[in-house]
Amino acid sequence: MALLGIEGLTVEFPTRRGTFVAVKDADLTVEPGQIHGLVGESGAGKSTIGAAIMGLIDPPGRIAGGTIRFRGDAISGLDAKGMRALRGRKISMIFQDPLTSLNPLYTVRQQLVETIRLHLDLSETEASARAVELIERVGIADPETRADQYPHQFSGGMRQRVVIALALCSDPDVIVADEPTTALDVSIQAQILDLIKELARERQVGVILITHDMGVIADTTDVVTVMYRGEVVESGPTREVLGNPQHPYSQSLIAAVPRPDVKLGRFPLIGYGGRVTEFRIADLARDWPMPETPRGTPLVEVDGLTKQFQTRRAIRASRRRYLTAVDAARFEIRQGEVFGLVGESGSGKSTLARMIAGLFPSDEGDVRYAGRSINTGRRGVPDWYRRDIQMIFQDPFSSLNPRMRVDAIVAEPARHHGLFTGSALRQRVAELLDRVGLGADAGLKYPHEFSGGQRQRISIARALATQPKFLICDEPTSALDVSIQAQILNILKDLQDHLNLTMLFISHDLPVVRQMCDRVGVMKDGKLVEIAATEDLFAAPGHDYTRHLMSLMPRLDGLSDTALQRA
Amino acid sequence: MLSFILRRVLQSVLVLLVTGLVAFAMFRYVGDPVDTMLGQERTVADIERLRENLGLNDPFFVQYWDFLGRAVQGDFGISYRQGRPVGEIIAERLPATLELAAVSGVFALGFGIVLGIFTAIRRRGTAANVIMTLSLIGVSLPTFLIGILLIYVFSVELGWLPSYGRGEVTWVSGWPTGFLTSSGLSALILPAITLGLYQMTLIMRLVRSEMLEVLRTDYIRFARARGLRDRTVHFRHALKNTLVPVITVTGLQLGSIIAFAIITETVFQWPGVGLLFINAIQFVDIPVMAAYLMLISVMFVGINLVVDLLYVAIDPRLRAEGKAA
Repeated sequence: MALLGIEGLTVEFPTRRGTFVAVKDADLTVEPGQIHGLVGESGAGKSTIGAAIMGLIDPPGRIAGGTIRFRGDAISGLDAKGMRALRGRKISMIFQDPLTSLNPLYTVRQQLVETIRLHLDLSETEASARAVELIERVGIADPETRADQYPHQFSGGMRQRVVIALALCSDPDVIVADEPTTALDVSIQAQILDLIKELARERQVGVILITHDMGVIADTTDVVTVMYRGEVVESGPTREVLGNPQHPYSQSLIAAVPRPDVKLGRFPLIGYGGRVTEFRIADLARDWPMPETPRGTPLVEVDGLTKQFQTRRAIRASRRRYLTAVDAARFEIRQGEVFGLVGESGSGKSTLARMIAGLFPSDEGDVRYAGRSINTGRRGVPDWYRRDIQMIFQDPFSSLNPRMRVDAIVAEPARHHGLFTGSALRQRVAELLDRVGLGADAGLKYPHEFSGGQRQRISIARALATQPKFLICDEPTSALDVSIQAQILNILKDLQDHLNLTMLFISHDLPVVRQMCDRVGVMKDGKLVEIAATEDLFAAPGHDYTRHLMSLMPRLDGLSDTALQRA
Repeated sequence: MLSFILRRVLQSVLVLLVTGLVAFAMFRYVGDPVDTMLGQERTVADIERLRENLGLNDPFFVQYWDFLGRAVQGDFGISYRQGRPVGEIIAERLPATLELAAVSGVFALGFGIVLGIFTAIRRRGTAANVIMTLSLIGVSLPTFLIGILLIYVFSVELGWLPSYGRGEVTWVSGWPTGFLTSSGLSALILPAITLGLYQMTLIMRLVRSEMLEVLRTDYIRFARARGLRDRTVHFRHALKNTLVPVITVTGLQLGSIIAFAIITETVFQWPGVGLLFINAIQFVDIPVMAAYLMLISVMFVGINLVVDLLYVAIDPRLRAEGKAA
């Protein structure tokens, strides 16, 4: 008898336009000590399955068919009271974002004691002792002191450990982990995944690990189920599914994962269930002003840029405290290359990019663009520089003004710089939207009518409106699904090939960096610790920290080689 | 923490100095007190003598300093109209206003929070929808109309409650209170409802929307996923997180309950400072107006100080910032 068994689960959300089936006829089993991966892109229904197991589907959604069994007993039909007896006691859940899953107003001890006393018949003191024990078990040092701290005093990874401690309060048999490491840095991700593996092994907990990240699946799970638009398309032992995917969707999904081990010319796109939108960047090259400087000469020279943020204000200078976000960064970006910046969150990559873009003033140092300093006056960077550089931001949802129509968004930079007006401008906008694969009609809509990947295309069209020579991409694909990521990265590669654009590409994702960049700078605590050509860096990392980052890259050894064959 | 309080107190003092300046300026620029004090039969020498005696020939800042020095001691001069010290008149009237404000504040907060939580949790229920619709009336009806309607229904038609005054008062160590007699208590009910109804609906709607916001957060979902009871989730985890914005608005509203009790006091002929102020305006009784202005600003500043301290007490994240900032 399986620990947890799901048979024919169907979850529906009634809407005004008819019923939306989020999960359709899904089957899944979890054995004690097993980690079962649930993988798929956004909207695949994987989180809905997690919510269904917990009995936490938000109304008006409902389980329309099938059963969920826990140790053989059906739990899908239980009332609120019966469900509460299981929730947190037998089945626990870990959420994606550790920064928001803890109540900010109570100490860690208060939250743990509350949960422990709810499930176990313990006195306040006994519960408190157990709380400290749990904190220690999830690997937090100095548990007695840490217990009395508030969530905001913990780092992201530590908070996720607290969340896991909370999930372990009553020794559950099943843990549903919904994207438990998506919001974390790679080094923290590795630690949290190790902790989950250890729980499964030592305490025979059955784990359902919901994720969109193939690396996490390959690294952690025993069994994997691939979902697509609410349906299970393939299920089996992880090595088999990843190594020899049978279903075309699994094949396309696995092929789209950026490979850490070898550099490919382009990302393989295998369209499944929807055509891959074409883009014709090459057409833009006709009237694109080509750079005067030859390929390989320095275009952007960063000379000792430094930025400090004050973390404690005080009247006396000796009591002020500063955080050095970027510490004397010095490098050059050559004409026509893609320069990558990698590092974990807080390493100063984005701050550095913003200083280069002129969005933050720097405390010290200078940026020279085509030989000219950009710090020319008090009013920020000069107009000629603003026209030549453009930026693409990480979050496609907040980087487009929701009240502006797409054509106005794309036209704005060109209009501001007075490059085009009237019908020439309209024609230009339509052409740009068409070239990034959205079609000229897209201009008549508003941003909310587009998906994340399409919005990122709009951002690219907007960035191209001034015919820039230098593009700064700040984590342009980290909010996107892998298949969409592959499309966007291909567009960026085409920009470089056909329009001879120079790029600064910021990412925390090493495989993506390997695929995209010619040279890479590694940042740690505001310092550039290593700069090298990408292939040299991956072949022989020079700095300890680079080696450390490399060792944390999920290994995809067993991954299907279809990607290689098709490339 | 200490430096945070000190800084806030310093800012408060600055605000009070500025309002003091405005109050003082009224004496100088709204009519000439010498004109008011001397009759028609006056000589230039009389005027000069009086000016000298009153210190009106001193430089502006000396006069301002004198004014502040006396104000701090509760000496706001002598009412033009009643010929008695203003401090004394206000001390007589203030308890009535404070009692009314306290009762309506408690009424507004108590009902506002409870109804706000109820309408948020039973968002789709009939009762919640009825309450929400009724609350629109509370927000949109002007205070004087509510007061007159209440008087009409409960005093004129039903005859249950008195329509004006504050009933019988008993003196408890120099403080005239209406809390201890039945006529005093029954006289409080209608004005308190009139004064608090708007605040109550406002607080209720605020608590409701904050609650709805908080109930959507991850930590509430995680609290449910841990198996916590609904009651614990709603009252322990959700309510406390709604309090910071609620306290902000409530603090300001409590200030305005005291400051703008004027209309309610007029409708119910409540013998408080609001009524005193209205009469003072009618008769250009500048010392009373100035004292009232100072009193209200002291109250607002005090309430804001308390609100700031409450934030820190509720939200541990602000404690850290308080230290850093």
